[in-house]
Amino acid sequence: MNAPNALKYNAAQPKEFLKECAALFREKTKSMKKRIVVCAGTGCVANGSLDVFDALEKKIAADGLNVHVTLDYEGETRQGDFLRISKSGCQGFCQAGPLVNIGDILYTGVKVGDVDEIVETTLKNGGIVERLLYVDKHNKNRKCLGQKEIPFYQRQTRVSLKPCGLFDPEDIVEYVAHDGYEAARRAWCEMTPETVCEEIKVSGLRGRGGGGFPTGRKWELTLKEKNDKKYVICNADEGDPGAFMDRSVMEGNPHCVIEGMMIAARGIDANEGYVYVRLEYPLAVQRVRKAVEDAVTFGILGDNVFGTGRSFRLHVMEGAGAFVCGEETALMASLEGQRGMPRPKPPFPAQSGLWGKPTVINNVETLAAVPYIILQGAKKYREVGTEGSPGTKTFALTGHVVNTGLIEVPFGATLREIIFDIGGGVIDEKGEIANNAFKAVQIGGPSGGCLTEKHLDLPLDFDSLRSVGAMVGSGGLVVMNKSTCMVQMARFFMQFTQNESCGKCLLCREGTKQMLALLDDVIEGNGSQQTLDILDQVATTVAKGSLCALGKTAPNPVLSTLRHFRPEVEAHIFQKKCPSNQCKALCKPEILADKCVGCTACARKCPVDAISGERKNVHVIDQDKCIKCGECVKACKFGAVVGI
Amino acid sequence: MIDASKTLSINNMIVPIGEERNLLEVARRAGIDIPTFCYHSELSIYGACRLCLVDVEGRGIVAACSTVPEPGMIVKTHTEEIRKMRKVAIELILANHDQNCTLCARNTNCRLQTLARQLGVDTVRFKRTFERRPVDRSSLSLVRDPNKCILCGDCVRACDEIQGVGVLGFAGRGAKSSVVPAFGKNIADVECVNCGLCATVCPVGALVPRDDVDDVWKEVNDPRKTLVVQIAPAVRVALSEMFGGQSGTIEVGRIIAAAKAIGFDQVYDTSFAADMTVVEEATEFIERKKKGERLPQFTSCCPAWIKYAEQFLGDFLPNLSSCRSPQQMFGSIAKKLLPEKLGIKREDIVVVAVMPCTAKKFECKQSKFRRDGQWDVDYVLTTQELARMIEEAGIRFNELQPQSFDMPFGFKTGAGIIFGASGGVTEAVLRYAVEQLKGVKLDSFEFHEVRGDENIREADFNLDGIVLRLCVVHGLANARKVADMIRKGEKQYDLIEVMACPMGCVGGAGQPVANDWEVRRNRAEGLYKADKMLQLHKAQDNHLLMEMYDKHLKGGVGGHDAHELLHTSYQNRKRIHGLTMSVSDAGNEAGLHISVCVGTSCFVRGSQALLKQIVDYITDNGLSHVVSVDATFCTENCDRGPTVCVGDKLIFKATIDEVTKTMNEQLAGVRI
Repeated sequence: MNAPNALKYNAAQPKEFLKECAALFREKTKSMKKRIVVCAGTGCVANGSLDVFDALEKKIAADGLNVHVTLDYEGETRQGDFLRISKSGCQGFCQAGPLVNIGDILYTGVKVGDVDEIVETTLKNGGIVERLLYVDKHNKNRKCLGQKEIPFYQRQTRVSLKPCGLFDPEDIVEYVAHDGYEAARRAWCEMTPETVCEEIKVSGLRGRGGGGFPTGRKWELTLKEKNDKKYVICNADEGDPGAFMDRSVMEGNPHCVIEGMMIAARGIDANEGYVYVRLEYPLAVQRVRKAVEDAVTFGILGDNVFGTGRSFRLHVMEGAGAFVCGEETALMASLEGQRGMPRPKPPFPAQSGLWGKPTVINNVETLAAVPYIILQGAKKYREVGTEGSPGTKTFALTGHVVNTGLIEVPFGATLREIIFDIGGGVIDEKGEIANNAFKAVQIGGPSGGCLTEKHLDLPLDFDSLRSVGAMVGSGGLVVMNKSTCMVQMARFFMQFTQNESCGKCLLCREGTKQMLALLDDVIEGNGSQQTLDILDQVATTVAKGSLCALGKTAPNPVLSTLRHFRPEVEAHIFQKKCPSNQCKALCKPEILADKCVGCTACARKCPVDAISGERKNVHVIDQDKCIKCGECVKACKFGAVVGI
Repeated sequence: MIDASKTLSINNMIVPIGEERNLLEVARRAGIDIPTFCYHSELSIYGACRLCLVDVEGRGIVAACSTVPEPGMIVKTHTEEIRKMRKVAIELILANHDQNCTLCARNTNCRLQTLARQLGVDTVRFKRTFERRPVDRSSLSLVRDPNKCILCGDCVRACDEIQGVGVLGFAGRGAKSSVVPAFGKNIADVECVNCGLCATVCPVGALVPRDDVDDVWKEVNDPRKTLVVQIAPAVRVALSEMFGGQSGTIEVGRIIAAAKAIGFDQVYDTSFAADMTVVEEATEFIERKKKGERLPQFTSCCPAWIKYAEQFLGDFLPNLSSCRSPQQMFGSIAKKLLPEKLGIKREDIVVVAVMPCTAKKFECKQSKFRRDGQWDVDYVLTTQELARMIEEAGIRFNELQPQSFDMPFGFKTGAGIIFGASGGVTEAVLRYAVEQLKGVKLDSFEFHEVRGDENIREADFNLDGIVLRLCVVHGLANARKVADMIRKGEKQYDLIEVMACPMGCVGGAGQPVANDWEVRRNRAEGLYKADKMLQLHKAQDNHLLMEMYDKHLKGGVGGHDAHELLHTSYQNRKRIHGLTMSVSDAGNEAGLHISVCVGTSCFVRGSQALLKQIVDYITDNGLSHVVSVDATFCTENCDRGPTVCVGDKLIFKATIDEVTKTMNEQLAGVRI
């Protein structure tokens, strides 16, 4: 990338420079006939989207079509109509990947074998490959042409995610052409730190990392600290299982994060920043690095930001592979090269952060929302969302739901809208859509809690969720159907936090271990009233007394299970029964005499010869021999084997 | 009148806010103790034990150690909720703890035990998650028992923040966390200086001084052996604490009586040897001062400091006084003179030192302090260990009739007594050096300028134009600070006293466990009082010492014999020894050895690739049977790496061409 040579202006004359960049992009894309965008988010890549991209490129070249992969900003503008093919960040609809966008058309589940047909039909003849379109099963199997027709996209409000799937994340000129860095320019050239903070404060933006602390207030506190060195840190150490919002933003729109950081730097008067990216996100690391390099090349970042004579240097650092490093004080310790362990607050990072200097540390999504606020104004930002939680929030929707993927909705949206409209409904254990199979949603990952049927119409925001014992967290949304055992669910998350506890504070280190052991007791059928009592007591103690947010929220899955699914837990303990038949130790498989036809299928499948019975006679299971593998259930065509 | 704007309420009591850093200190000053494991006023705030939780109205439950006191706060320290939480916390610790209290060195002196009792924990409701791990007994000074560790991190911070050593750290995550020496090695194999501060701050028995009592008993009960014991100055002001006495009470007479009752044959005073150290060290100092060489002179009494300097301050080794510590001077003299005096064989004398110190145990077992197959000092017992022997022997300490030291090594001046407090060595040397330099007898003997408890103290003395610039340091991290300032030219001193332990030997890790400045101050006061009570205060006035020099040491003070018996030399321990890795071995026939440094800096500069090229060259040219190649660690030429040693030639910024050229030159020599 060496665009500045093609431009008369440079970033020291920012207004003209950004305008000219945009003009250059328009000029270069003037005769672009069609744009082909292949999703290169992690989900699609895992399904082979990069192979699809290569095949497309090859086929197009072989067929002699005029195609650009990257726009050549330095050389002569190519004459005649051309096609442009590029990769995008995550487009969100991971369930249906690999995704290929051509103009308004969205092809889903594209394989290498589909490439020839796509080129022939769509690129050469302007037709549509119908079989690759998304089918809306809720609407008479209607074929949807593109994002505008697919309910998954229709019902969302995509602000942060909007450019994902549209822009080439590696092209800074394209970002600038879409008003990119204009907000940063305004903040640095036309606003004071105080007015920047004020605007963010008025917008009501709250931290998306989990806590929901008002961002503007955080900045203001840091601005007030007098120090010639201050830092801005972008917390991109996204670690919740099943959460990938931050990754998608970084992969799909990295410049937006950088611009947010620049505005934060202006807001608190900082001249250095770090992006702390999770090690396991190589593509995000690569894209953010490239974006920083390009921004430096363009003279946007560096020692003379927009010709103001003030500097902002940005470094990208890979995380140390620990979940706890997403906790801000642990993250800073890790940045300093120390073991990633949280320290007590106060002092808060605003007073004494990285290397003891005042520091603002914000989550990726929070920072990505900032340019929009500066550009469109706080008032406009507040038009969506709720009074206490304005704006939109991205969620990673997974679990027993038809459409898994990344979604963005305004705060105040209900679970019902998310699960049934965007998510396309709940699927049961057989994989069929069955909306009455809904049991619960685990929201906020291992630190969150569960919501049940009675919360389906609760408008989701920071405060409403906290009031029912859950939290927005980083935004994981795991939908669970009735085949899910809530004790197992709590155990799953407890296992996670127990593994990821840094080991510093006693309550989290030993408490999570004990909670895990107590849940195991329940699952193994060894629970008693005392198990329940001390589980409650440890969970409360850990929640109230732990050092950091990881520990304080670690018991949430347990507490929320006890709160919303107490009868289910009690069934495990007192009736030694797992209502959803998931806890093997509590299962008692039996053969219903009225249904068994004596076909012997189960007996033949049983690996331990625990089933006996004559042909055409009712079979029985020897409980002592049975290892509860469930093969008999699968073998029986008459639904006669139950209880496992 | 209490200024309401500077008060807060704790348990409905109005409490003034002073300079305290946190609520915990405010409460403790007000006489309300809040339990903690990980809080030490000298260390950084860690916030890990979660026992100091208190309820602050409007804020809920917070940790007192990390909450800044604010006027008007309403604090409750023992609500029902907090009581329950503390109980859960203690139970959680116990579920993952050895729980073998009766077999623990810290039995009856353990904070976990005390808190469990205070909080009424009578059962552990949780699952036992304890897994036994091996105990590290590698160190001569300390025993590390991970089975008792509660992961409060006090040792980690003390070692790093106060001593600047940092050999202990956390490894593993979550439930697998443990405190281990660097790279999980044994404590003897890392750069531990044996100061034992970790054991002093450890609230439980995870780090304790090594116990040599059994071995000493065996010697005591061996009729062939004559047991000679020396008692260090700091012991006499602390031992009685183990028997209910006040810290700082001078109990030397009873200690002697107890030692005799245990079965020690001769009971002497290390202070005699300290007087000897004063004259030797002061003489050395005056000489250096006059010549203006190897200044500043660092004292050498503290073995933890010596090891620290040998490891980390190699460039200052020539500046260390070459004097042995009083303990080692005593041992060396005792083993030389006592056989004749007592009419016994040298090998039948067992010298036991009773010290406030754990590092002394390490010091006495260094090969340089071994003569004719015998250690100068055979055993070192800590104050704690002597107290335990007294208990084991069934001696009612408080009822003993005081006795006197045996002569001549029981005779001392106040100079040898104040060695036990930080600043004492400096003051003792001054009492000698000032008279020597001025050439007149001093009337007064006290130099209050060098006393005190600040970490780094400075004092200048102008003696008719000769200026003595002195510095007194305790805590090894502070010693490093001083060394750095000297290197940068920011400070110039003539004499620097370094003691590892807080306030010097009185705060040693072998003393009764009391992590308290007040106790250390009392003990130091006790020593200065003992000095006052003696008739003589200057080492040069110790006529028995001078007589010994005249009669037995050829050359007198600083002379030939003194050098052989009372002085020593130091080794740079910065190198990793014995870790050379053979890469290509030509066996005993090897005509030429090549070693390639693979230390970090050389590695970064490509020594690994170079090593491979050299081995390839040797293989390709059929030299494998002639040339041996080793990978070694640092040769201390990091800025000129990669460093390769070919035969006797050291090549800096080595390239393969230069190495092969030199190799061929050297081989040509071998072949001729």
